[in-house]
Amino acid sequence: MDAIILARAQFAFTVSFHFLFPAFSIGLASYLAVLEALWLKTGKGVYANLFRYWLKIFAVVFAMGVVSGIVMSYQFGTNWSVFSDKAGPVIGPLMAYEVLTAFFLEAGFLGVMLFGINKVGRKLHFVATLAVALGTFISAFWILSVNSWMQTPVGYEVGANGQFLPGPSWLTIIFNPSFPYRLFHTVLAAYLTTAFIVGAVGAWHLLKDRSNPGARKMFSMAMWMAAIVAPIQIFAGDMHGLNTLEHQPVKVMAMEGHFQSHPNGAPLILFGIPNSAEQRVDYAIEIPKASSLILKHELDAPLKGLDTVPQADRPPVGIVFWAFRVMVGIGFAMLGIGLLSLIARWRKALYDWPLLHRFAVLMGPSGLIAVLAGWIVTEVGRQPFTIYGLLRTAQSASPLDAPAVASSLLAFVIVYFTVFGMGIWYLLHLMKKPPEAHETPPSDAPIRSAGITPAPAIIEGASA
Amino acid sequence: MIDLTVIWACIIGFAIIAYVVMDGFDLGIGILFPFFKVGQDRDTAMNSIAPVWDGNETWLVMGVGGLFAAFPLAYAIILPALYAPMIAMLLGLVFRGVAFEFRWRDPAHRAFWDTAFTTGSVIATFAQGIALGALLQGITVEGRSYAGGWWEWLSPFSLLTGVGLLIGYALLGACWLNWKTEGGLQRQTVTYAGRLGIGLLIMIGVISLATLRLETQYYQRWLSFPGVVATAQVPLATLIVTFLFYRSLRVKRDVQPFFWALSLFGLCLVGLGVSIWPDVVPARVTIWEAAAPVRSQLFMLVGAAIMVPMILAYTAWSYWVFRGKVGTEGYH
Repeated sequence: MDAIILARAQFAFTVSFHFLFPAFSIGLASYLAVLEALWLKTGKGVYANLFRYWLKIFAVVFAMGVVSGIVMSYQFGTNWSVFSDKAGPVIGPLMAYEVLTAFFLEAGFLGVMLFGINKVGRKLHFVATLAVALGTFISAFWILSVNSWMQTPVGYEVGANGQFLPGPSWLTIIFNPSFPYRLFHTVLAAYLTTAFIVGAVGAWHLLKDRSNPGARKMFSMAMWMAAIVAPIQIFAGDMHGLNTLEHQPVKVMAMEGHFQSHPNGAPLILFGIPNSAEQRVDYAIEIPKASSLILKHELDAPLKGLDTVPQADRPPVGIVFWAFRVMVGIGFAMLGIGLLSLIARWRKALYDWPLLHRFAVLMGPSGLIAVLAGWIVTEVGRQPFTIYGLLRTAQSASPLDAPAVASSLLAFVIVYFTVFGMGIWYLLHLMKKPPEAHETPPSDAPIRSAGITPAPAIIEGASA
Repeated sequence: MIDLTVIWACIIGFAIIAYVVMDGFDLGIGILFPFFKVGQDRDTAMNSIAPVWDGNETWLVMGVGGLFAAFPLAYAIILPALYAPMIAMLLGLVFRGVAFEFRWRDPAHRAFWDTAFTTGSVIATFAQGIALGALLQGITVEGRSYAGGWWEWLSPFSLLTGVGLLIGYALLGACWLNWKTEGGLQRQTVTYAGRLGIGLLIMIGVISLATLRLETQYYQRWLSFPGVVATAQVPLATLIVTFLFYRSLRVKRDVQPFFWALSLFGLCLVGLGVSIWPDVVPARVTIWEAAAPVRSQLFMLVGAAIMVPMILAYTAWSYWVFRGKVGTEGYH
């Protein structure tokens, strides 16, 4: 295999693994902030207990997010040095802002959030939780701005040495055309990811004990998220898709499986097997003219196909086509469970409907899968470019020999599966335990060594 | 006019110093970890850094992120040149980073994660030392990219700097624990600090002499008249700081040895600066050749000028919250 394919595989592998953790921790940090706020406001113990229950899980997820994230900040240089040299003046500063405004904020307040409640008091501790939650969001802001610029590059000049240089306005670069849509869609995805994991854990414990107050509360909160956010997300996804059609029509052709142009209304291919060699979708099940209706809001609107694009500029169709269907399918399943939960609430059976709970358990990892699928759609759909239309992937890589890249890829695969595999096992272990009335503080060890268990203070607050 | 490129070189220099100051000691604790007794001693050592390690490591991201943003050409040359050590460092950091959380999750796995903590810390430190050595000895550059093989970083000199950094970080770790712990563990770390101090001095001497032979640029910087009058102050100051370090250890100070040890590191970095200034890839590419355009530098400078003081403030606050000895009332 050549070094480029290996470098792509390595980036795809490390970024996919990494993305799972922030997708979960962005939502979880906000959920923790909500729980702590509710605890401070109402003084109800159930919120304090849920806070502590999920804080332990957050600590493990966050640690994995940090270490897999550091890898990413080096991958650009180790494996994509030509890209880094050329794009550095434009995207480098955005990533520097991510470090300055997000990474330090998260890391700086995480210690206090995890271990400091007895040292700083409840109010200041809440500030620390808010700071961590805010940091996760700011981080998403900058890195998605970078990613969006690579998809829809604007506001740049090309220097004599071939570098992309910033134009007069940084706002043009940061708020490039696809950024607002991608940010909104991705952050909602992170919230949904967390909501479905929280909902699955709540449902799992409801199946064992319907009276557990923590399980009831978390399940109810998660189902509200599903009912409210899933429809918004489908709408946001549609907007994002229309934005892509405007700026990256070729990606949409791959998503839709449109090998041929359709001058009089394009069909919506629900399922089928894209056959790039023959330039058609085999066994296609399609709704006539529906694609034109969705994308152009007009039945007979013409839609161009991949036949209008030179072979060398086409993304791989199959993977984009399938990943898109996985994402959309999960989106509608999320909407479905949200609606079911509303029916259950109306019938006052939210906690007494095992079928719903089983469905929720099944949907636990759905957000993570949808996030990965969506990421694959947008990243593979950008191929064969790193900077869309301007810099080809094949011309972006480091001058490395294949054996070097292959060895490092192998090392990443072994280490990630070992370390994160065990980490995920610990997470499942933590989630298997039902939320109890007197949850211990997070990672009890670091405080225990201080000779004092802070639980009394918190429980005191909780029962006040 | 103030040269933005010089300002950015200083900011990245500052990030590297901040990284060594803050992450050096917690990597050092990882290196020394197997020598501590299982149970209370190890838990205490771990807990003394658990609340702050993540923030410490962020300076590493700041250093490399700053390099990417302010000197993209240097980033694009250095990282492929140091490919194997950088990948090894990252994997080492993965192991030690998760160990902070994972070792508490299952008592049956604690021994495994303790080993992972040490192995990861040793690999990460050794790789950083090797990276420094490899850069100093000079890498092959053609046009705008690295042109050497994937083993070019490996040499007796880079292995030497790797070992030097292992000893140095271990010294910082020992001094940190002398500050933050009590009783048997503290006595143990004082003994280690004394021995590691000697080790570090030997390494500083050997590496300094070896560096002079690497490039004529280094030799002339240090030894040609009249520059030698100024540069000779660096080894002189090193001897003075060493004396103060040992005196503070002998009179059983808690805090001072740590800061004297940091000062030794500071002097090494000053020495490094003397050798390579104003290059960002030593003896190959200057900071001006690698610099991002003024618009990029200026935009980031606004952010850095606002954010870095804030970061330092809340980092200091976080250290203040967890001040004092671990495991006594003072800890609260």
